[in-house]
Amino acid sequence: MGMEIAHIMASCMGGIRTSGDLVAWMQMTRRMRIHEAKAYVAEKLGVGIIDLTDEEIMRDIRKDLGIGTVTSIAGSPKGIRAKIKVAELLDINIRSVALFKSQMGF
Amino acid sequence: MSNEITTRMGDGERVLFSAEEIREDIRVGTAQAAERAGIPALSAEEQEKLFDIIADPSRIVSVQPGEEVIVSDDGCSMSFYGGQDGGGVGAPLSRMQAVLTYERACGADTTSLGHSDYSFKPVKPIINFEANDYYNTSMVTTAPFFYGAQPNLGLYFQPDGPCPNAAELMPMGKIDAARQAQEEAAGHLTRDLVFVGSRLADVGLEGLNLDTSGSAGDADFLAALNAVARLKEKVPDLPILMGASGEFIIGMHGEVEYDGQRLAGLYPQDQVKVIETAGADIAGVAINTTTTESLPWNLSRSVTFMKAASEASNIPVHANVGMGVCGIPMMEQPPIDSVTRVSKALVQIGKADGL
Repeated sequence: MGMEIAHIMASCMGGIRTSGDLVAWMQMTRRMRIHEAKAYVAEKLGVGIIDLTDEEIMRDIRKDLGIGTVTSIAGSPKGIRAKIKVAELLDINIRSVALFKSQMGF
Repeated sequence: MSNEITTRMGDGERVLFSAEEIREDIRVGTAQAAERAGIPALSAEEQEKLFDIIADPSRIVSVQPGEEVIVSDDGCSMSFYGGQDGGGVGAPLSRMQAVLTYERACGADTTSLGHSDYSFKPVKPIINFEANDYYNTSMVTTAPFFYGAQPNLGLYFQPDGPCPNAAELMPMGKIDAARQAQEEAAGHLTRDLVFVGSRLADVGLEGLNLDTSGSAGDADFLAALNAVARLKEKVPDLPILMGASGEFIIGMHGEVEYDGQRLAGLYPQDQVKVIETAGADIAGVAINTTTTESLPWNLSRSVTFMKAASEASNIPVHANVGMGVCGIPMMEQPPIDSVTRVSKALVQIGKADGL
């Protein structure tokens, strides 16, 4: 376990602490290399590349956009509710979201 | 010669090297990788940068702000509840709890679910159990959520599987029979990979990870490539990460090809090309760690292979950085001084898109 945490501390974007999940979606769904994926997400968020891993900036952005914050705010979106917003924000297809929406009659 | 810099051996042992010894191991390591794979060695400037990373007096090192990459995972959440043979800490957590802890407490970029055997074949008879767990967990995760396992062709040979055992046939000189057995096994494996991937796709699978492909040789790698291609035909929007198992594909069969490319002996810069051709979205590179060589030697080799693979690829390339690969020492509890040096070097010099 310590090995994974060491990698996360040394070189990881930070997942839902910052924007790591968003950049990962772009690699997965559009085959974007790291610099292209970061640029795409930064443009969608209206921030600079350097801001993507800044917790102080990304926390407010995530809260305002309803795409999930790492600390639990009662009643705020997480999980599939947040992923619906992520798919809309990034203009991508997230398969779990597509299934959920079809079940909800969207 | 003064011994003044602390580093590690490939088995994790702490050793003291002089600056000259570290530079020499970096030079020899990159030269060996270059000669083996027919790729450029690290430049003098890159070797010096690697030296600076390794010789940094800090206990932990990291990339600079803005240089971070995606850290995908291959069953990392299993480390919470698994045993020591998989690097697990044995905490009594359910799989969903482990995944959410990894996502929220650790800030991982992606998470994943996997069967504890971590091979696809055992998943087949319990696919509905796995599909239920995957679906339920995917409703509460926010970060990308993979299902991962290893193709593991070895499970298809007798006595564990239906096919004659190729490893027993070869020493008897029955090469044609061994090849036929591997081709038959690869067919079974491809069908199982497609079956499991398709069933999970039915419940909203966000990403599939074929981890450690080619562990049983070139026929194993071929089965994974064929599965990726068939899954992409069947479920075009399914993201697939296909990772390799070693720095070259072992020619247990020796003659199998994919898209006209013989697979035996392919090094990372060619592995990523066939993975891309098959239709995968992310390619994984694995470089073997030699336990009797130093971290400078192992990491220099790994960075050399990684850089060539990254330059050859049109899709994201992630370096496999688990125990015993890409310069990480081969032990259950790799020291974090070595882990962070590997991490930083593969990103800054190896140009990895992720780990």
